[in-house]
Amino acid sequence: MIEFIDVVKTYEQGNVALNGVTMQIEDGEFCFLVGPSGSGKSTIIKLITGELRPTSGTVHVNGYSLERIRKREVPYLRRTVGVVFQDFRLIANMTVYENVAFAMRVVGAREKEIRERVPYVLELVGLENKANRHPGEMSGGEQQRLAIARALVNNPSTIIADEPTGNLDPERSFEIMALLQEINNLGTTVLVVTHAQNLVELFGKRVIAINDGLVVSDGMEAANDHENQ
Amino acid sequence: MRINNIGYLLKEGFKGIFLHGFMSFAAVCVTVACLLIVGSFSLLAYNLDIMVEDLNKTSEILAYVDSELSDAEARSIGTKINMLDNVLQSTFISREQALENFIEDHNGDSAFSGVQAEDLRHRFVVVLEDNTRMAETDAMLQEIPGIVHTSAAYELAEGFATIQSVLHMVSYAIIAVLLVVSLLIISNTVKLAMYDRKDEIAIMKMVGATNGFIRLPFVVEGFTLGMIGAVLAFGMEWAMYDALVERITEVDSLQLFQLVPFQELLIPMVVVFGGAGLFVGIVGSWTSIRKFMDV
Repeated sequence: MIEFIDVVKTYEQGNVALNGVTMQIEDGEFCFLVGPSGSGKSTIIKLITGELRPTSGTVHVNGYSLERIRKREVPYLRRTVGVVFQDFRLIANMTVYENVAFAMRVVGAREKEIRERVPYVLELVGLENKANRHPGEMSGGEQQRLAIARALVNNPSTIIADEPTGNLDPERSFEIMALLQEINNLGTTVLVVTHAQNLVELFGKRVIAINDGLVVSDGMEAANDHENQ
Repeated sequence: MRINNIGYLLKEGFKGIFLHGFMSFAAVCVTVACLLIVGSFSLLAYNLDIMVEDLNKTSEILAYVDSELSDAEARSIGTKINMLDNVLQSTFISREQALENFIEDHNGDSAFSGVQAEDLRHRFVVVLEDNTRMAETDAMLQEIPGIVHTSAAYELAEGFATIQSVLHMVSYAIIAVLLVVSLLIISNTVKLAMYDRKDEIAIMKMVGATNGFIRLPFVVEGFTLGMIGAVLAFGMEWAMYDALVERITEVDSLQLFQLVPFQELLIPMVVVFGGAGLFVGIVGSWTSIRKFMDV
């Protein structure tokens, strides 16, 4: 579960990024986070992944309290949250298989576990036949699938996708969203940060709209509300 | 951390050396150069210290015995002298022997032909353990019954002590500066290698790798490069030093400089080179990775 209670985040330069955000995302939910550039979406992601600490307020992520989390606990928090970025962030000189296996190796998984889990995840994202390719040899959509596979491989309870369709054409975007939906159906909480209004409307999920560091609407109708503002 | 993880981390560390071949080569070259400079200076400082120490041992106190005492009584004073704290050894010089030395020192000058052994006193040449305590020992010698006069070269002893302490200070300072410079150079070399892999490190952080897990392959890499550099530098230092010793032995005018053979310094040199290689390798990589950990 992700819970923000009256969270304020002020950067060192004095910029107020979040100005009292309160929201709650239950386990197993699929949720969109929308808002214009500079509204505080990235700050919310950084707070969830433990990159930042709140200036005031309370942030709970999968059982960790971010306002008092110890530095050495942050890696364990991150294992519960898989992150997918718009620019994929793949390792170019590793194959598809190695990119996914790498995420397991660096958290100390056994080779046997890796041999079992990686093919399963690659099949889930539809890349089982491209295990020996390098990211440079794949399309944008395939690279994003690979990024999702890497985020999934350690079996996190939450997936955060930051503009996952930002670099993709409409058809590939829909495929990626459908894949995230499928992952959500398997029980993983999914939070998608996006500007793609058409996808938000198409999938008809809960939408949290944020503006100027505040939640301005939250609910199934939020997408339209946000557009009207 | 599980055994299979340690195996993976070690493998990654060694793999990194070959993956970043040029940077590894540069790091080894820099380590060799720095350790050669540090090692050569340490050897020079050590040999100079030994030379000053040897010269210092030539400082001694002459203790003159009362001429009223018989030969046997005079000799017996040696036991009391040897019992004094800070006395390394004392040698009895009879008045006859002193006369012989005197004539020899003056190349049989006829001006001294009238000097008789009876005109001189029996004496003891007293060598000290610590010449900085010469005044204190001199005072104790003067307290011994039967000793009527002493002669000590305080200034010479103090001069040697000063030279030695200055030499120590300068050596430590230069070795410390050279080590810090080596550390900075190696740390920067490793930092460049890491800059190459900053994206990889960011991904590791993102998926939840612990700092220790991220660091270890880099530390293994730094350690291995440091040790390779240390072994090469050690071998080169040994060869160069032996060549220098041989050259000095061949030249008559340089016989004054007796260099300690490298074999005698083998263990300390292995410790110094190994320790320095280990230190610069591990500390260099550890400190340089810190910058990339705040992701």
